[in-house]
Amino acid sequence: MKKYLALLALAAIGVSHASAQMLINGAGATFPFPIYSKWFDEYAKIDPSVRFNYQSIGSGGGQKQILAETVDFGASDGPMSDENLAKAPRKLLHIPTVAGADVVSYNLPGAPTLKLDGPTLAAIFLGTITKWNDPAITGQNPGTAIPDVDIVVVHRSDGSGTSYIWTDYLSKVSPEWKQKVGKGTSVSWPTGLGGKGNEGVSGQIKQTPGAIGYIELVYAKQNKLPFADIKNAAGVYITPSIESVTDALATAQIPDDYRFSITNAPGVASYPIASATWLLVYQQQSDPAKGKKLVEFLKWAFKDGEGMASTLLYAPLPDALRKRVLDTVDTIKY
Amino acid sequence: MSPSSSPERPLPETSSKVPDIAFKWVAAAAAAMIVVLIVLVGWELYHGSRMSLSKFGFGFLWSSQWDPVQDKYGALPFIFGTLVSSLLALLIAVPLGVATALFLTELAPQRLRQPVVMAIEMLAAVPSVIFGLWGIFVMIPWLRDDLFLWLKRYFGLLPLFQGPIYGVSMLAAGIVIAIMILPIITSISREILRSVPNLQREAAYALGATRWEVLKIAVLSYARRGLFGAAVLGLGRALGETMAVTMVIGNRPQISASLFAPGYTLASVIANEFTEATSDLYQNSLFELGLVLMGVAILVNIAAQIMLKSMTGSGPIKVH
Repeated sequence: MKKYLALLALAAIGVSHASAQMLINGAGATFPFPIYSKWFDEYAKIDPSVRFNYQSIGSGGGQKQILAETVDFGASDGPMSDENLAKAPRKLLHIPTVAGADVVSYNLPGAPTLKLDGPTLAAIFLGTITKWNDPAITGQNPGTAIPDVDIVVVHRSDGSGTSYIWTDYLSKVSPEWKQKVGKGTSVSWPTGLGGKGNEGVSGQIKQTPGAIGYIELVYAKQNKLPFADIKNAAGVYITPSIESVTDALATAQIPDDYRFSITNAPGVASYPIASATWLLVYQQQSDPAKGKKLVEFLKWAFKDGEGMASTLLYAPLPDALRKRVLDTVDTIKY
Repeated sequence: MSPSSSPERPLPETSSKVPDIAFKWVAAAAAAMIVVLIVLVGWELYHGSRMSLSKFGFGFLWSSQWDPVQDKYGALPFIFGTLVSSLLALLIAVPLGVATALFLTELAPQRLRQPVVMAIEMLAAVPSVIFGLWGIFVMIPWLRDDLFLWLKRYFGLLPLFQGPIYGVSMLAAGIVIAIMILPIITSISREILRSVPNLQREAAYALGATRWEVLKIAVLSYARRGLFGAAVLGLGRALGETMAVTMVIGNRPQISASLFAPGYTLASVIANEFTEATSDLYQNSLFELGLVLMGVAILVNIAAQIMLKSMTGSGPIKVH
């Protein structure tokens, strides 16, 4: 009997040993959560010795946790502020992974595809344009019947990267917006109603005649909501799509620390309301074994993982940028 | 029977004291845990909000500015929204809850009581996000296209029912909270009404009272302190209600006399903005909102206690 027990105990040890994977913890942005889960899932098939655990607690939490080193990597929908980055105990790298876009959706009879430019959008969100048949709107949409309806502005009530992209864009195209409101994951909105999450905003838009709001491209496409073509910096009206977002990544100025913004990108085919999302990784890893696995994963992500982005409606990095980022990943020491 | 009848069987003595003492201490510890928890929560909230406490001082309480970009924060619109939406909810839920409880204890046929009680308790088990979604997709369109227009047409002279109608509004939040606190108010009211001694009712009937008069003078006035307590418990839940409220209130930090206007509550703004709050002062201010919410809840409870005291002995009929 004792023998059996000993054997059982041995077997149990054996089993637990076999499942002793290395666990790499990350936390942060909610927007890229679907693509990151997909990557971790696929990567588990390639390297079963490591398991990734990602908590999508929001960019604020991601930045806090990587600064406190309670996770192995962080994730954020906006680049970190100088003030926060200065709190890092050693050099913290921003690694852009994929990009997403905000679309402008609305509730008008017949759901026409509108054409809108930045200053008009800023004026609507500042509350200075209050009617749909304002000349600023009808002037850009000759031939489209736009009724005399009050505009109801809808924005996100929860702090989010989506709002960051939106306010970053409005700050670039409207000096008045920049001075009065500014950019951030939450701002002091001059007008409008707040909806929680993409579903809250789009629910509000669907329910309210004359409503206008911004939502993630992914969400708008999945739910087949109408959205506007937006005039970009080159003066062309661009339909939001994965290609036009990747084009914005390719034409925007990208500094070496990768804390960049691609809103209002200069390219002729660039969609102007877009942004990358970042992983936050220390250049000097504290745990050599984990650091090695993390770098291996990142290399895989930029070689093979990027190809999965567009199936989930994220824009992959353009080839040139991907090479640059891979070189940066190579500088991570462990 | 006198005690002297059992001298040959001595009573069990000292051995019975140990469980008594042990029980007393276990119970005391359990009660102390609650106090300790509250103190710890208060301490954590204070600790987390020190930066904004020292920067804004008491000005935080009456400033209406909430601007994360410029790092300027004030709590007034949120305090206003929390109090108004909760009071609206009470105005709707207390009469409904007490009437339901009266019906269930005094008027309903026996066979009907249990099913209705079960239905009310089911209401308490519905997750709040479901109420929120129902609010957005079912209630709001109805409010916007029917009820609010009706209120505006007939009561539009009152400042309460003026201004543009969006659907999402303070009143919508009040209605949703009312539905959510209805179960607790109803079940507590029911227990209280059930504990009214039958002697009360019989006495009133004996005096020739009608059914309505019996309810009024013998049951309701006897139970009113308890019913008030039920309302206070409901209010406690209403103050902290978050998810469903944020989905229907419109989330605009403003103070408006109109119930059609959107508002914002303390609990909602914390839930909405905490995850993406990156600057320290921003996060501290959100903590301070939590502290304010706790303060509001305590003050409301103290006010309720005072009101309860003033009610003592004022009932027209008091048997005990």
